[in-house]
Amino acid sequence: MRVIMPETLAEAVDALAELEGRAVPIAGGTDLLVHWPERLADRSATYLDLSKCEEMRAHVWSDDALVLGGLTTFWDIVRDKRARAELGLLVDAARTVGAVQIQSRGTWAGNIVNASPAADGVPALMALDATVELTSAGGTEQVRLDEFYLGYKQMRRRPDQLVTRISVPRWAYSVQRFVKVGSRRAQAITKVGVAVARSGEGWRVVANSMAPTVRRCPAIERMLEDQVPVSGPAGFEEAICSDLSPIGDIRSTEAYRRGVMARVLFHELSPICGWVGGEPE
Amino acid sequence: MASRPRREGMAKLTGRELYVDDQPIEGCLWGMTARSGEPRGRIREIRFGDGVDWAEFVVVDHRDIPGPNEIRMIENDQPVLAAERVRHVHEPVVLVAHASREMCRRAIEQIEIVIEPEPAALDYRVEPKAEQIQSGDGNVFSAINITKGDVEAALGGADRVIEGVYETGAQEHVYLENQGMAAWVEDGVVVVQGSMQCPYYVVNALTHALERDASKVRVIQTPTGGGFGGKEDFPSNLALHAALLAMKARRPVKIVYDRGEDMAATTKRHPAMVRHRTGVDADGRLVAQDIEMVIDAGAYVTLSPVVLSRGIIHAGGPYSCDHVRINGRAMLTNSVPYGAFRGFGAPQSQFAVERHMDVIAAELGIDPIEVRRRNLIRDGQSTSTGQVINDGTDRVAVLDLAVDRARVTSKRATHESFNASHPYLRRGVGIASIYHGGGFTGSGEDYLKSVMHVAGRADGTVEVLSANTEIGQGTQTIFTSMAADRLGYEPEDIEVATPDTSRVPNSGPTVASRTAMVVGKLLERACDDLRRRVGLGDGDVGAVVKRAICDWHELNPGGSLIGEAKYEKPPHVSWDEKMYRGDAYGVFAWGTYAAEVEVDLRTYEVRVLAFDAVQEVGKVLNETLARGQIQGGVVQGIGWALMEDFVWERGAMKNNQLTNYIIPTSMDVPPIGVVFLENPYEHGGGGAKGIGELPMDGPGPAILNAVAAAIGVQATAIPLTPERLMEQMTHA
Amino acid sequence: MPEPAEHNGIEVGLTLNGRQVSVVVGLADRLLDTLRYQLGLTGTKEGCGEGECGACTVLMDGVPVNSCLVPSYQARGCTVKTIESVDAGELGPMLESGATQCGACTPGVVLSARWLAANKDLLESHGVRELMAGNLCRCTGYDGIIDGVRAELGGDGCE
Repeated sequence: MRVIMPETLAEAVDALAELEGRAVPIAGGTDLLVHWPERLADRSATYLDLSKCEEMRAHVWSDDALVLGGLTTFWDIVRDKRARAELGLLVDAARTVGAVQIQSRGTWAGNIVNASPAADGVPALMALDATVELTSAGGTEQVRLDEFYLGYKQMRRRPDQLVTRISVPRWAYSVQRFVKVGSRRAQAITKVGVAVARSGEGWRVVANSMAPTVRRCPAIERMLEDQVPVSGPAGFEEAICSDLSPIGDIRSTEAYRRGVMARVLFHELSPICGWVGGEPE
Repeated sequence: MASRPRREGMAKLTGRELYVDDQPIEGCLWGMTARSGEPRGRIREIRFGDGVDWAEFVVVDHRDIPGPNEIRMIENDQPVLAAERVRHVHEPVVLVAHASREMCRRAIEQIEIVIEPEPAALDYRVEPKAEQIQSGDGNVFSAINITKGDVEAALGGADRVIEGVYETGAQEHVYLENQGMAAWVEDGVVVVQGSMQCPYYVVNALTHALERDASKVRVIQTPTGGGFGGKEDFPSNLALHAALLAMKARRPVKIVYDRGEDMAATTKRHPAMVRHRTGVDADGRLVAQDIEMVIDAGAYVTLSPVVLSRGIIHAGGPYSCDHVRINGRAMLTNSVPYGAFRGFGAPQSQFAVERHMDVIAAELGIDPIEVRRRNLIRDGQSTSTGQVINDGTDRVAVLDLAVDRARVTSKRATHESFNASHPYLRRGVGIASIYHGGGFTGSGEDYLKSVMHVAGRADGTVEVLSANTEIGQGTQTIFTSMAADRLGYEPEDIEVATPDTSRVPNSGPTVASRTAMVVGKLLERACDDLRRRVGLGDGDVGAVVKRAICDWHELNPGGSLIGEAKYEKPPHVSWDEKMYRGDAYGVFAWGTYAAEVEVDLRTYEVRVLAFDAVQEVGKVLNETLARGQIQGGVVQGIGWALMEDFVWERGAMKNNQLTNYIIPTSMDVPPIGVVFLENPYEHGGGGAKGIGELPMDGPGPAILNAVAAAIGVQATAIPLTPERLMEQMTHA
Repeated sequence: MPEPAEHNGIEVGLTLNGRQVSVVVGLADRLLDTLRYQLGLTGTKEGCGEGECGACTVLMDGVPVNSCLVPSYQARGCTVKTIESVDAGELGPMLESGATQCGACTPGVVLSARWLAANKDLLESHGVRELMAGNLCRCTGYDGIIDGVRAELGGDGCE
């Protein structure tokens, strides 16, 4: 096992270039170190420890955007009063990640590149039209987060690139909602999750744990844009079928995910959109 | 008795308490276990790969066992290490030791246990096929029957007969300290120290399989980070493994399980299915109870006959009924063996009866509170085993107090309007009336022949010598208080010895809610005996006792002054083991619990908004400790009822990590309200009844009764996960 | 690129419980392992190895972390506080309230509680139970812990 310990971003991307991307970047370690003593195969890997690249740590408010650094943690945003006031969706999502001990170490960038379909930070960022900055020794490029994932654990990141910034535009939002249905009220993996936002740019509905990747739900968004009246959860079934592909796994069943997603959407949006009817049995 | 702070509390709060993995042992090796990958079969071959240099390792298999390859328990059917065949996934086959824990892991990866599979029995609820029979002629480990009156005739004459089938899932203990044991040989004595509830069970296991005299075995309990029954029987297995490695290595060996290993490979609560066929009159009075209880024992007997016993004895609930038939059986399956878990069969059977009482109430259109009021056993009436209850506790008052404290009547009214108007939340309250016998069942305490010592030391201080362990429930503090109060001493002058079998007598295991009640009583009598030995009487306390002890030592330099007490059955207790009739327990603790829940119809989640636990417990010895027992047990019960679910694969736990086996966090439970009533039990230490297990009996049924009140769904199985509730509601 | 550190060891300097220390750690070591087995600070416990139970909680640069998920090499230059840094004199309220039973979760609980008490402004946005949710307990049912934390807070903080 080898660990490279750069002190600057430049050193980090140069090292990655030299290794042709064959190194695992590690930030907070909250995903990579789970059950570490039992994961003997990982002893032959090379890690790139980003934790001392201080320039990646800060998050910055500009006039147009909140820009998270590559090492900005969930806790950094939970504690940011402006975030609470203006981009509450991010704070709400961050508060559901594990508990304080995980929020203090887990990074938004790490959440993105770990690419879990159940990631909680990603849906909030995606619903807020976040853009990811990828940096390599060869330069930077910007990718919209809602175009970043290509398939299960596949993303538009070359192995020699690091996520160095996540830019969240400061639109004026009339709706920001985060719903996480987990197995308990804290320290839970999401079974059904959805982030909803509405600004001048339109509706955004992003689901996690409902498909191989976190993804926007275009059919549901279209229903909202077109102001389709919905009288009950069943009104979302077709759009869910079209946008998402929930499965049964160790945590929940397909029927539960499908059914609950429809109910959550209906009840979250009903007061906002002024729908009536659709009483549950 | 004042609520003295926990004696070892500061050591725990400051992190200075040394658990088995905290104690440095010079030259100690790590030990690890290679296990079966099949639920049943013949071991064809064990292959050792070349990814490690085996010369570096100590390797142990069944051939290294000096005596019988048996773990001494009720029946000695469980091997220490599998020899020719395996009966469950994760069954231990080979042990390795090395100075490096990581090297042990690598070695385990290199061991391939080649098994020729045989047909496994994996569902305890169905009758096994011929090729799945591995015990007796039907895989029945134990069958017990209770008969009172004439059930068939009474059912025939009842106004209504109401049936129900109820199921409870397994439960994993999740003590925060994983199982761990260290062993070494010192001057010809095999010494084992570790996390455990019953040092003498471990002694018995070691003397049997290692074929040693008890004087050549020494077992020491280290501070134990939770047990809940999970460290009652299993430590015998681990102790033998560590000892065998240490004997072969001629060096100390320590085995500490990873969490995933602990969850998957050690014991859990017995799953159960209970059928009720109940005859009632038009007023809801019980006329006949016909009950069948089947439990999954897993691959070996372990403690299943006793779990079954306690389960069926409590299966009728705290009610009076003249005609009762209870048939119970414990089934072998090729699952990881089930074992002791707080409550020990009674939570399973009381879930069933307490749900059923509400089902009966619903069928008859009678308030479930009223149905209980009409049936709660009164003094002079008898239980299903014919035990006449005469303890003077007003069980109806307990019920009424719980209903009052939980504000059931006013909440029901509030809920009615809330439920009518809220788009997706529904609230309800539910209750359960419960009871729990203290101490071992029937002749069990007789059989244990517990002995307690209290030593008077040369400086006049006193040392309590017992095998009963502190596992978080407060043994050290309670024993200190009891001895101090009995002798008129300051707590600082009482020491409670570490349970080290080279020094302490066998006062019995720390199980069955017996420590304060049964062993505490022995402690009081041993104190009295100590006093007598220095020429004093029961009325002499304090300084005069201290001086008399000092004087004795001056007259007998180097001598040993021990007050002793041996278990004596209370005179009123009479039990017929053969007929399963009579006084099952010296005394019962009684309770009624109330739960308020909120069901979220968007997600089918059930949330407990409020919980009140009201119980009559004899005497509260220490308010903080007693309250802590109830609150902790209730939260374990809430977890069992709503979220602690298993994903099984070939009889083994697939979701064996804390991410996927869900226990409550602080956010998942409300404050737990606790009320104690007292009616001192004269044969219990300090007048106390046992309370450790009682709180497990109430939450499951109270919560599901509350769900029924909230949404009209009669759920009959726990855990009532959101997925199961949705399934039940959408297929209604 | 910077010289990669190999499996067998790297010198890590950190401020541990108020003192500057330097220790050679294996690259594969977790902070939990270094604390417990190398430095003999056994107060920090391993409960699950996956960051779920919080028994391994330490304070790192002022915030609670699960030390089972921290590579030891990342502790270089950091400030770490373990349960051994807590003064017994401050723990009276938690003793009285019944915050500890078996003690296995207790060191993690105490550190989270002390951190909370030193950052009371958190209560403007968080309840006590949410801030303690990363510390699992199987014995107390949480009331003894929450009551103890609230006593330490001087009665502030709702659930």
